[in-house]
Amino acid sequence: MDLINNLMLGFGVAFTVQNLLYAFFGCVLGTLIGVLPGLGPVATIAMLLPSIYALDATPALIMLAGIYYGAQYGGSTTAILINVPGESSSVVTAIDGYQMARQGRAGPALAAAGLGSFFAGCVGTIVIAAFAPPLTELAFKFGPQEYFSLMVLGLVGAVVLASGSLIKAISMIILGLTLAQINTDVISGTARYSFDIPELTDGIGFVVIAMGVFGFGEIIANLGQPAEHREVFTNEVKGLWPTRQDFREAWPAVLRGTALGSILGVLPGGGALLSSFAAYTLEKKIAGASGRFGKGDIRGVAGPESANNAGAQTSFIPMLTLGIPPNAVMALMVGAMTIKGIQPGPQVMTSNPQLFWGLIASMWVGNAMLVILNLPLIGIWIKLLTVPYRFLFPAITLFCCIGVYTLNNNTFDVYMTAGFAAIGYLFYKLSCEGAPLLLGFILGPMMEENLRRALLLSRGDWSTFMIRPLSAGLLIAALLMVVVVMLPSIKKKREIAFVED
Amino acid sequence: MKIKSQRDFWSGVMFMLVGIGFAVGATNYSMGASARPGPGYFPLLLSIILAILGGIVLFKSLTIETEGGDPIGHIAWRPLIVIVVAITVFGIMLPRLGMIITIPVLIFITSLAGDEFKWKGVLINAIVLTVFSWLIFVVGLSLTIPVWPPFMTN
Repeated sequence: MDLINNLMLGFGVAFTVQNLLYAFFGCVLGTLIGVLPGLGPVATIAMLLPSIYALDATPALIMLAGIYYGAQYGGSTTAILINVPGESSSVVTAIDGYQMARQGRAGPALAAAGLGSFFAGCVGTIVIAAFAPPLTELAFKFGPQEYFSLMVLGLVGAVVLASGSLIKAISMIILGLTLAQINTDVISGTARYSFDIPELTDGIGFVVIAMGVFGFGEIIANLGQPAEHREVFTNEVKGLWPTRQDFREAWPAVLRGTALGSILGVLPGGGALLSSFAAYTLEKKIAGASGRFGKGDIRGVAGPESANNAGAQTSFIPMLTLGIPPNAVMALMVGAMTIKGIQPGPQVMTSNPQLFWGLIASMWVGNAMLVILNLPLIGIWIKLLTVPYRFLFPAITLFCCIGVYTLNNNTFDVYMTAGFAAIGYLFYKLSCEGAPLLLGFILGPMMEENLRRALLLSRGDWSTFMIRPLSAGLLIAALLMVVVVMLPSIKKKREIAFVED
Repeated sequence: MKIKSQRDFWSGVMFMLVGIGFAVGATNYSMGASARPGPGYFPLLLSIILAILGGIVLFKSLTIETEGGDPIGHIAWRPLIVIVVAITVFGIMLPRLGMIITIPVLIFITSLAGDEFKWKGVLINAIVLTVFSWLIFVVGLSLTIPVWPPFMTN
């Protein structure tokens, strides 16, 4: 069995002292930022990118991955205890989780979230291990046409999951693609939109945009809101263990959430956020009249929490097999691989099997660590929630500043980030989402290169994208997605799914 | 004509302006033909799409009724300006004065963005974060960050 052999190789890599340590560090950090509202995995991973220069590729990626799925665990704690989503993917967890906490059942809610996430994490790991090799093989058949069409599909997927207006999300993607045109043209060597500023000829760093929009933009937005009274259920977390009734209700929800999350994570544009929203809607639908959703139904915690963790993990699949990031976090992972001199794409599995399988195995190890970190040691994280924001936001600002500066040891990047902080706040005020922008920005250069290469090969014939069957299939899938979302009945449902509660 | 959604109206304006700006810029670069696309080809394509999308958003904001006009709401000028200034000051000071001086200044300025400013808390925060950053970034990760002002180390 190849699968077993591969996983054995992976576990061999993951169980070295160094890699265990970095996985642990990533998980702790992930939980930490997950618990803290207003600091997400995108800003954190961006902040840490400079520090991985000193590390080997494998521990570096293991650590960064740990931050992403660790944040899914930590985010639920905040959602359940103080009704503030620590992470955007725990927005729906807050609805029923907080109600459970108010009824003195914070313990079972936390347990359902933690154990559900762990189960989903184990399944997610197996899904990656099983599906990555065949997908990798498929990826070797890809020409520039297929890559271009796949990225179109990915961007369309990102639009569908964006929570606000469809057309604004598309505009943000195009805006991201356009901003990515500030660079030196690869083919002709012409500097574009540089205004004779030498730093701009290399393009704007995506860390600069990520930090400005997701780090600083959020801080400004948070500070702009009146300080609200937070009711923290810290003393009431006693019995962690769910009752038999809880178990009976929760486990089917965990199974459904895991299945849904695993599928939605692989979709381009998918990941933790989309999965948790979809799972909540599904649970509500299945429970029907018997549900107590909005009043503390354990299924409303178990389903979405399993789904977001499964989605977080399977979203590694397109990144690892095709080198195409399905969301902003994966884009940063691609950036991290590039920093370590690894060209992301289908060849990673054969050229760096240690890294590939080690990373996958480390996810299982990390999930095991996270269950321990988040259930028996929950008290530590609860204490953190009592730290006032006025201590936190200067610290976040500082780490973001240091992160941006050390990336290239360049103050120009710092000034640019200041500009993007203001732009990020503008986006927030105009309800334009940052995630599609960042995704477009990252895919921009790849898309242009593949488009131009494809056109060069076909001598300017655009029909080349439809003649090749794989490429045509991907484009049709993208078109179908748009059509489906545009259908009046679906459109209405989609709006409800995001607006409700 | 009345604006029916303020947020969408200004989003539309923003997309259109950026689109038009980039389109004008793209005319400086060679277009090529679709068989041999030049450096201006892709940017022009994108910026035209962006401008059109901006136009649609703008049009919708003027025609489709929204609840309460979807106002932008008050702008948090204080945190906005303070944070932008703090980052800029950090960029100016760090290479010239080193992190031991820059970090407390950054913490001090940033803290002004909040509702409450307590000297004691800010001072403690500044000291803790300076020591912590030095330990993590300089000692631990050995990143090249100037620690002391250059004139002191020479």
